[in-house]
Amino acid sequence: MKTLMLGNQAVARGLYEAGCGFVSSYPGTPSTEITEEAAIFEEIYAEWAPNEKVAMESAFGASLFGVRSFCGMKHVGLNVAADPLFTISYTGVNAGMVIAVADDPGMHSSQNEQDSRHYAIAAKMPMLEPADSGEALKFTKKAFEISEQFDTAVLLRMCTRIAHSQSVVETGERTSSEVKEYEKNGAKYIMMPGNAIKRHPVVEERTRLLIGFAEETPLNRVDAGKDTSVGFITSGTAYQYVKEAFGDTHPVLKLGMVNPLPVRKIIDFSKAVDKVIVVEELDGIIENHCRNIGVDVTGKEIFPNFGEFSNNYVAEKLGLESGKFRKVGAVIPARPPVMCAGCPHRGLFYVLKKNRLTVLGDIGCYTLGAVPPLAAVDSTICMGASVSGLHGFNKAGGDSRRTVAVIGDSTFMHSGVTGLINIAYNESSSTVIILDNSITGMTGHQQNPTTGFNLKGDPCTKIDLEALCRSIGINRVRVVDPYNLAECDAAIKEETAVDEPSVIISRRPCALLKYVKHPGPVISDSNKCRSCKACMQIGCPAISMKEGKAVIDNTLCTGCGVCIQMCRFDAIKSR
Amino acid sequence: MTTQNIMIVGVGGQGTLLASKLLGRILLEHGFDVKVSEVHGMSQRGGSVVTYVRFGDKVFSPVVDRGEADYIISFELLEAARWLEYLRPDGLMISNSQKINPMPVITGVAEYPDDLEGKISGTGARLICYDALSLAETAGTVKAVNLVLLGTLSAFFDFEESEWLDVIGKSVPPKFIEVNKKAFLLGRKITNGKVLSAGN
Repeated sequence: MKTLMLGNQAVARGLYEAGCGFVSSYPGTPSTEITEEAAIFEEIYAEWAPNEKVAMESAFGASLFGVRSFCGMKHVGLNVAADPLFTISYTGVNAGMVIAVADDPGMHSSQNEQDSRHYAIAAKMPMLEPADSGEALKFTKKAFEISEQFDTAVLLRMCTRIAHSQSVVETGERTSSEVKEYEKNGAKYIMMPGNAIKRHPVVEERTRLLIGFAEETPLNRVDAGKDTSVGFITSGTAYQYVKEAFGDTHPVLKLGMVNPLPVRKIIDFSKAVDKVIVVEELDGIIENHCRNIGVDVTGKEIFPNFGEFSNNYVAEKLGLESGKFRKVGAVIPARPPVMCAGCPHRGLFYVLKKNRLTVLGDIGCYTLGAVPPLAAVDSTICMGASVSGLHGFNKAGGDSRRTVAVIGDSTFMHSGVTGLINIAYNESSSTVIILDNSITGMTGHQQNPTTGFNLKGDPCTKIDLEALCRSIGINRVRVVDPYNLAECDAAIKEETAVDEPSVIISRRPCALLKYVKHPGPVISDSNKCRSCKACMQIGCPAISMKEGKAVIDNTLCTGCGVCIQMCRFDAIKSR
Repeated sequence: MTTQNIMIVGVGGQGTLLASKLLGRILLEHGFDVKVSEVHGMSQRGGSVVTYVRFGDKVFSPVVDRGEADYIISFELLEAARWLEYLRPDGLMISNSQKINPMPVITGVAEYPDDLEGKISGTGARLICYDALSLAETAGTVKAVNLVLLGTLSAFFDFEESEWLDVIGKSVPPKFIEVNKKAFLLGRKITNGKVLSAGN
């Protein structure tokens, strides 16, 4: 049946059709929907793991037992899972195992722009890269075949534009994949030096065989073109931009398998054209490979190794003219993402700003606490770095009475808890604030170990944050309501003042959660408003100044009441 | 047929994804190759959002670039002005006249430009601009702005009204079908396919 599918949904369909039985992932844009869609199939066991390392190791365990398995993550998630990745390369698999990694050129929703193909090369693992949803489905199925044929986990590289665009796919039936028998095999699965030394040459031989496979597989294909003055080598999204610009004019070598790369196929292609141009987003990996095998190509002299390409961008760089357009003369103000009206993080960040604290931040919706007018965050690195960074900051001589870490509930479970163990163990008098909004917010409301529900939506064990922090050795653990500014202010003042580690849990569910009942919009009284703009300091999108008076947008306001506490003239009231 | 490009732009949370879902579905039913591109994640939260819908015999790129859009539906006036560059010189902009202040305007570091409707038509662009929010309210919910605007766009396509209504019936939850159909028809009647305010 032909149907429109998101690239990520097509990967999930591919998992289903390939007979995959086990999925474990951690959410991360642009990879999240693969696992959400996979969870809809009854035949697939699917779960959110606390982090990508746990997800990959669990998927490996399922493969070891004999069930086709999968884990998905965003590019930076693969950094977290890099430890198992490199050694799973040595052990190989029992049943097929596929690892999807979603890159984000242009950083639509990421803290860096790393190119995951480097991991495939470094871990010596094959990597496929689809260029639309149809390929996403087919390549996912093919990846399981390659995995079992060559005894290796297989990486599937997605990019934002492939993961988050819908295109036409043809669906098929699920192949029943039998559970493979698990046989004890220490030489293959126990990676202590004596065994690993023997596995490394096996990996090198596998790569040699995979290069042979890359020469023959239809995953790497040539689209014919009459004008052989130039031929293009490309893959993924960049392939689509090249075809958009040139159609069938020039020959195009489209690489669906981006590691290992073919040799003879590229040499043959280069001989059939006068000039070869490599078009690839991010790093010049295909280009460097071509040079290494003695093929003269043009690539990064034209295209930069940063940012996202587009139709016009590729066309212009390759000497074509792009279309004319009209432009409004006025300056158009930017519309950056903002904390939603009613967001529980807002009140807490206002208090941090008011107290002029140094705030080590983390990854989640609350990264938006860095945006004016709150502008209350000093650093954001990666998942968990707020907590461990705070410890280092304080130990190195930072003033622990003026410095805190903020981290969300999901991020804390991901990798904040290990940093907190370090704070307890090595005794820094650090104050960690866990922003518990009872959901993984930024990626679109995924459950996590603290919510009490699993990926399928069923009730499950709920990790008790207070008990967890106490059991680690944090004696001062308290809970505050971030809608109550005075309560937050008092807690932060007291906990930063004490000379021992402390945790403040700022607890309120995300305002966008369906079960959250809001009191309804607040009312502003223009007669009482003195135009002091105190309410504007919290950066709520529902409040604006019209003719010098504060006005509430009733379609946005939830009635959280934080602005009521900001007004000294009683001009804002609850309904 | 050469590839046609539609863009749906607005503010995160305005329901742009439903409009693109409906478009994708009806185009696929008519046998076109279709690509729909969305952006999820951080840029969703109250930020400027865009969805690209492309259709034709064979579609390659999932995105639309400057000067390429045949139609842009904008859920908000400032967003219409922002994305105007993506419209072909002979393309059509259909915009809601609603204004939603972005954070830099709320905090006072930037100003919401005045008379954007005039400024957009002043470039010579073909523009249909009206209060889609009121029509959505008339239909029964402010959330149906997306269907009102889609209705206006639908008048420029050769598909039968019944086909559109059929797709709406198949794509939204049962209890919202009637209000969405009503909103769609109100939007569809705006022009009956004629541009009200054409530029020069």
